[in-house]
Amino acid sequence: MSEVREALTSPLALVLVTLLTYQGGIWLRRRTRGHALAQPVVVSIAGTAAALLLLDVDYTAYADDARLISFWLGPATVALAVPLHRQTSRLRGVVVPMAVAIPIGALVSILTAYGLVVLCGGTEVLALTMSPKAATTPISIALSQQVGGVPALTAIVTIVAGILGAVLGPAVLTLARVRDVRARGLAMGASAHGIGTSRALTESETEGAFSGLSMGLTALATSVLLPLVLWLL
Amino acid sequence: MIRGLTVLLLCQLLGEVLVDLTGLVVPGPVVGMVLLFGWLQWRRPASGSGTVRAANGLLKHLQLFFVPAGVGVIAHAAVLRQEALPITVALVGSWLAGLLVVGWIVQLAGREHAHASDQDGVA
Repeated sequence: MSEVREALTSPLALVLVTLLTYQGGIWLRRRTRGHALAQPVVVSIAGTAAALLLLDVDYTAYADDARLISFWLGPATVALAVPLHRQTSRLRGVVVPMAVAIPIGALVSILTAYGLVVLCGGTEVLALTMSPKAATTPISIALSQQVGGVPALTAIVTIVAGILGAVLGPAVLTLARVRDVRARGLAMGASAHGIGTSRALTESETEGAFSGLSMGLTALATSVLLPLVLWLL
Repeated sequence: MIRGLTVLLLCQLLGEVLVDLTGLVVPGPVVGMVLLFGWLQWRRPASGSGTVRAANGLLKHLQLFFVPAGVGVIAHAAVLRQEALPITVALVGSWLAGLLVVGWIVQLAGREHAHASDQDGVA
């Protein structure tokens, strides 16, 4: 019996659980014809978390084994240069608005995250933990560490922000009458990083390319602005 | 495919090294993205090239790579429950503010630009 348990909690099995639940999410998205709620990342996180609880596997042990998967986040970020390269001609006319909007967006994200935590009676550590959440995970984690937040918690709120963007972003932008695909993409990447970008890529290649670009620039702007804002506060 | 993955990993590594050498505050993979962009602009590979195929393959499953970090939710369930109100309000409020500010600024500025070029057309 213990041998079966050992096999079921081996790195192979845990990576497989992650892939299977992700495939389940893809299947669900296809079955629901791309319904906004059917994001594979949500299905996979929920399914994998349930499996870990059921098998009584420690998260740190899982995270170690799952590095086989999380490793690819870096190369996938590099890969965002490809859609951007194909959309270079559409950059004309948005370079200046983008250069204005992205730092302002990063500043608004930092200030509202920090301010709303304090307003709702959260601790300063929690406010610091949430402040870099608009930047994509590797950066938000590093920034949280740098400013005295809880990096592991920052990773989670960053991912939830990404999921919010993937599920609700396009609908909210339509309600807010943002119709220009480039503006939509930039807004998605600025508020929902890579997870929002993956949804934007399914909307259109242009939206995805601009979302990826925005994700990179927002990471940069947040890295520069966060220490500055906290110093001023 | 493997050649493409090699190019992606090489760009990431160069990015990480550049960040280490210069003390830049940007993450290595983002610098890698800029390097790959420069390389693509210079070499202009065909759409069937290994790099393009490898990049598209990874991007199709971008969400998968966030799953391991997201599963961390089980390690912090207690804190999340305890501080549910400030976390939820700040998360939703801040996400919405960031989304709308960027969307509106770019669209408004873009419209002005479009008006300007319309007028150019008339003149």
